[in-house]
Amino acid sequence: MKALLIRDLRLATRAGGGFGLALAFFLIVCTLVPFGVGPQGGTLALIAPGILWVGALLSCLLSLDRIFALDHEDGSLDLLATAPLPLEGVVASKALAHWLTTGLPLVLAAPVFGILLHLPGPGYVWLVLSLALGTPALSVLGAFGAAVTVGLRRGGLLLSLLVLPLYIPTLIFGAEAVRRGAAGLDPWTPLVFLAAITLAVLALVPFAAASALRVNLR
Amino acid sequence: MTLLSVSGLAVARGGLRTLENLNFTLEPGQALILRGPNGLGKTTLLRTLAGLQPAVDGQIAADPDSTAYAAHADGLKSALTVTENLRFWAEVFGGDGIDQALSLMNLTELAARPAHALSAGQKRRLGLARLMVTGRAVWLMDEPTVSLDAASVGLFVQMVRGHLAAGGGAVIATHIDLGLAEARVLDLTPFKAAATRSGTGRAAGFNEAFG
Amino acid sequence: MSIWEYANPVKFMRASGAVLPWVVGGAAICTLGGLIWGFLTPDDFKQGSTVKILFLHVPAALMAINCWMMMLVASLIWIVRRHHVSALAAKAAAPVGAVMTLIALITGAVWGQPMWGTWWEWDPRLTSFLILFLFYLGYIALWEAVEDPDSAADLTGVLCLVGSVFALLSRYAVLFWNQGLHQGASLSVASGERMSATYRYPLYLAMLGFFLLTVALILIRTRTEIRRRRLAALLARENRA
Repeated sequence: MKALLIRDLRLATRAGGGFGLALAFFLIVCTLVPFGVGPQGGTLALIAPGILWVGALLSCLLSLDRIFALDHEDGSLDLLATAPLPLEGVVASKALAHWLTTGLPLVLAAPVFGILLHLPGPGYVWLVLSLALGTPALSVLGAFGAAVTVGLRRGGLLLSLLVLPLYIPTLIFGAEAVRRGAAGLDPWTPLVFLAAITLAVLALVPFAAASALRVNLR
Repeated sequence: MTLLSVSGLAVARGGLRTLENLNFTLEPGQALILRGPNGLGKTTLLRTLAGLQPAVDGQIAADPDSTAYAAHADGLKSALTVTENLRFWAEVFGGDGIDQALSLMNLTELAARPAHALSAGQKRRLGLARLMVTGRAVWLMDEPTVSLDAASVGLFVQMVRGHLAAGGGAVIATHIDLGLAEARVLDLTPFKAAATRSGTGRAAGFNEAFG
Repeated sequence: MSIWEYANPVKFMRASGAVLPWVVGGAAICTLGGLIWGFLTPDDFKQGSTVKILFLHVPAALMAINCWMMMLVASLIWIVRRHHVSALAAKAAAPVGAVMTLIALITGAVWGQPMWGTWWEWDPRLTSFLILFLFYLGYIALWEAVEDPDSAADLTGVLCLVGSVFALLSRYAVLFWNQGLHQGASLSVASGERMSATYRYPLYLAMLGFFLLTVALILIRTRTEIRRRRLAALLARENRA
């Protein structure tokens, strides 16, 4: 599993790996929103938690189809499936690599984008914390969607249609935590729910993803 | 100890049986060459033996961690060098012998070259060298000589002979004469599945269940 | 004779063919009866004549959820016991459920306009149905996208299981979300005990009608799917021979 993780990280950071694309996309979303809703700081501050969470979610979605599709095309996935590694482990490792290359940079960069959107002062801690708790679930659910659509032509579009509804609970609790934090309210209730969803997803969804992969490989 | 033993095996593609009533065994040091026209189900059989798809009927007796599969695609990452590609598969399979594999397939000079800079034949050689580092006893190979020149086919046969001498086994689907005289040849044509399903075995898929 | 006998396509076709006319007839009588009876009820003193949309809205909403439940059960049967008819029944139920969800959403909007003064309210109940509709769309799209029917059945089965958990999760998350924003505008009409018998009995009849209608549609669509599979199988065999 370690070898697979290191290989995926190395591939992501080499030429053509697409590392940083998600971050650039996040920046563009956060730049476009003020053009759409107007530059008034008050309006932006009001919607900043939601925009930041939706932006993070869409940026995450951008690179999902690469999780398995590339390995499927060049035959690596067949070989990984016959390796001594359980397929659930392959899924977990790939989702972790996706999170390290997409989710983690988003978490770290989010405060900067928060400034762009006039996020109120107390919200920053909760923004980083909620994204750190929520984005692993986005990566694992994305890996499930990628596993279901891996062999399909035009799988990318279908992937979004399948994965985005699964993101709803995470989005609701994540954005709610930031909103409450920014308003000076107690954000712990949504944060605890968010963490619970992430833990459950981490524990269970790799099995569903692995079974979908097995179907797509045969 | 028998490496691989198949009895009454039936395999299916697209919900229809392609081959059935297959019986064969593979002892250490043996190579088995599968022959048959296109579309008969050679790839399907190899994928079933590799455990990538379930058998429709019959048994495959083999240690699940004893087979290494080499498909049409080589599973190479173009951004990684030759050595990095091999080392990755060695680590995943827990095998070693990267240097030996490189020299056997005449890749030592290319070791530091990224895989996207290799020719088709060189990629194929790298893909076959991967079998060496898996440390698996049974090699399942699907058209291994595609895009190889005569000299490389010679290297490949030499590699397989070395593997057999070390107590391994190989199942090779190929159309050309490898010059591997000691190998048994299994013509799959007689095992082509009948158009109508006989017996009470499980349906291979929708097409058979509703056929 | 066990119920699994009907997993055999031939037996299923024979049995479903026999009951289908009765189900269709019952569905027509009960649905029309329920709706007409509902239309003839007196106007509500608070909601006026708009209340009559209830007889379309509530049964459709009920069936929207029941169709998903039925898909879940059928998917489980397919995954555990590999009965092909079960997978096809799940496939057949999805568009029926999606349309029922859409009817519930549209009638909800039409009803909401005079009642709440807006076509759409992010009320937890309405939002949950919108999310359910998204899940239906994804499920149908996946069936359409996968060419190999065996893979399609397996993949949609897994999606249905995961989707069920998340649809339920979303239901509670939405409840949390809207209460977080403003106090719920939940206008609960479905709680039957507060409704007078004048409305209750035609509603029950309409519900029975929609239930039979759903069963009829699913049976017809499953039979069509079985015939399509049979045709595809014969073609596949002919192409191979």
